[in-house]
Order: sequence, then C-alpha cells, then structure tokens
Amino acid sequence: MKLQKIVKELELEVMSEAFNLDVVIADGYASDLLSDVIANAKKDSIWITLQIHQNIIGVAVLKELAGIIIVNGRKPEAETLKKAEQENIPVMVTELPAFEIIGKLYGLLRSLGFSG
Amino acid sequence: MSKKITKVQELIYKLKIEQAMTKGVIKVHPKNVMGELREILKNNRISGIPVVDEDKLVGIVSIEDFIKCMADGKIDAFIEDRMTKDVEILYADEPLIHAVNKFNKFGFGRFPVIERGNRKLVGIITKSDIIKTLLKELEINLQEEEIHRYRASHIFEDMIANKTTLIFEYNVASQDFKRAGESASELKKSLGRLGINPQIIRRVAIATYEAEMNMVIFTSGGRITAYIKPDEIRVKAIDSGPGIPDIKQAMQPGFSTAPPMVQEWGFGAGMGLPNIKKCADKMNINSIVGKGTKLEIVIYTQSKNETPKDS
Repeated sequence: MKLQKIVKELELEVMSEAFNLDVVIADGYASDLLSDVIANAKKDSIWITLQIHQNIIGVAVLKELAGIIIVNGRKPEAETLKKAEQENIPVMVTELPAFEIIGKLYGLLRSLGFSG
Repeated sequence: MSKKITKVQELIYKLKIEQAMTKGVIKVHPKNVMGELREILKNNRISGIPVVDEDKLVGIVSIEDFIKCMADGKIDAFIEDRMTKDVEILYADEPLIHAVNKFNKFGFGRFPVIERGNRKLVGIITKSDIIKTLLKELEINLQEEEIHRYRASHIFEDMIANKTTLIFEYNVASQDFKRAGESASELKKSLGRLGINPQIIRRVAIATYEAEMNMVIFTSGGRITAYIKPDEIRVKAIDSGPGIPDIKQAMQPGFSTAPPMVQEWGFGAGMGLPNIKKCADKMNINSIVGKGTKLEIVIYTQSKNETPKDS
C-alpha cells in the first residue's frame, strides 16, 4: 500500500513537504528499542515508535525502512527532521497512542492481504 | 508533493525534440487533391499528413478532413482548400517537455516539427515517438549504470597482487549521540558502491552499527576498521576503555549496564552484542578492564553457509 494512502486513512501529520509519499509500505514494525528494530524489522516496513531523536533516522536508513510514525503527538527534534530530509525517510506524527495507531494500521495493511 | 526528480523527468528536459521525432516524413503538396489521400493514409496507416510547399510547412491534413470531404462529395478539392492552415508546430531544438505539454494541451495525435526561422519541415512527432525515445534512453542509462557497477564490483580482479585488501577506517567519539551510527551508514554506502551483495552489506552494517553504538555509549571512544577482501569482510572495533568485566554476562540478551537516560532513548536494551553475534559468521571479543575492548567479526561474502539471518 502506498504511504500516501496510509497517511490519508490514518490522518497522519507529515512532518515535511520534502518527503516522498509515493513509496510502497510492505509491512510494519513497532518498537522503542533501537536494537530490537535493528534485529527484527523488515525492509520497506513502516516503523511505529515514540522515539524522536535523530538516531531513529540512522536506524531507518540502516534497515531500509519506508517511513516512521511517531506516536502520542510527540514531535521529532529539529535535527531528526533535517536528517530525515537528507536521507529521504518520511516521518509522520499521530496524536494517537501506539496501541490505537498500530491497530488501525494492522487492519489497513492486513485487510488487503499484505503479509510479512 | 514529491520534490524528487525521476530519471524520466530529467530526460524529457534534457532531450531535444529532434532526437525523438520521426524524420523522412510522408508529405503532400497543397495542389494535390483530397482523393489522393485515401491511398497514402491507408498504405502508411497514419492519421494526418503535413502539407508542404517547397520544403515549407503550409498546413496539415487529417483523416477527419478526408472523411468530411468524402461526406461532402468533394474528393476533387485541392488539399490547400480543406487542410488546417493554422497548424500547431514544434521546433526541432525545443526540449521534449514542450512536446509533452502540447500533447496535453491540444490532444492532437501528432505535431509537425520545423526548423526555427524558416518553417522548413524536418520531422513529425507522436506520443509513441516520445515513449520509444524515453525507453531507449532509459535502457542506455541502465547499461551505463551496470557497467559502472560491474567495474566497482570487479575492483579486486583489476588489482594485481597476491592478496588485496581494501581498508575503511572510522573514528568513533565517546558520548557523541548525534553522530552515532554514521560510521556504520558510511561503511554501508561504501560497500554498496563496491557492488557487494545487499544481504551481506546489511549484516555488516547491523553488526557495525551495534559495535559503534556500544563504543559511543560505554567507552571513551575508539576506532572501527573494516577490511574488505574478495571473500570476506572483517570489522574490527577497538576502544580505549573501560573494558567489559564479564563478557559472558554481556553477551546475554537483555543484559545491559546502560544508564537510564540512554535506555530512555531506546539504546542499551542489552541486545547489541547478541545482535552482532547473529549477523557475524565469526565473532571474537577480548576485553581488559581498564584498558579496552577489541571486537572482531568476520562475514564471508561468498556465503559458505547461506544463512540469511536478517531479512
């Protein structure tokens, strides 16, 4: 599913106009532990986390993730956004807590037969 | 929305109309009669013909004009009396994007291409000409990229020596969380340029990232060195202290001595060393308290045992 559609359906706030929302999201992974994401997230996944510091972009690049959703209305640090634009990792924010947004996202991705 | 420029977008600005147009155009003279069009249109399977007098474009006559003429029963009419005189044209030296825009604006099937200044007809361009040209250009670009990749990935074969090793070295500063991870990501990019298997690169990058993080969080800084050989990649992470008192304990998943602040950032989950071990074909760690830690991992690039431990 195109990130564009996920952004619309889940009413995510896209943190920069520079992001390319035309990427295809194949799967999702939720975790706030960077090592866990590094060990277990799959390529082209969207990552749900509450972390906002710039190392999340490094992890996303390393794992070739398709984007990051930050939960609980937390705003990414300015440096994080700068790096996200540089590395072309779309960063979105939702006011919802992790449980809610993951549930919705799961329904959205899995209902269409995307599997991990 | 997206500011990223695709290769196709780049090409339609770069290429000129004369590179995409069809030359050797079928044309008619204004003093030909409409009836003569039947054979030309049929034999060439075209839907419109430029009308040319002494090399100069004076109009265009289409299949619609021909049908109307038939309906009116005037197949003996001169073409100059039934053609479209006010023709939308393109110049040979314009970029292809102008053609794309004109197709969108007017919805015509073709545009005559003329030389700037003298209205000399030099070609005709259709949407399929544009598509064919773009596809051809993309193919050429792809081939060039493949050649480039081939060269990079065969760098070892081009070097004449009994043994060849490429060495990449990165300095890692203590507590520099802003730059943490940069060594791993730079190494990853460099390995990519060498054309190494992406699966292998990912394993090297993950192991290096974790080693780098450990260095940033726990040590007073150090150095990461990657030795690239034709059949293996060896990464050494050497720091200057404080050292690990109990390596066995440190290797246990979940064991961490990271301060709470660092853990809050999502680091120090006690998974660093286990992650490294998972990615490496060989791992060796030596530590002396008060002196420092030496971590060495080896990942075989020829994948002796095909173990995609990471996806």
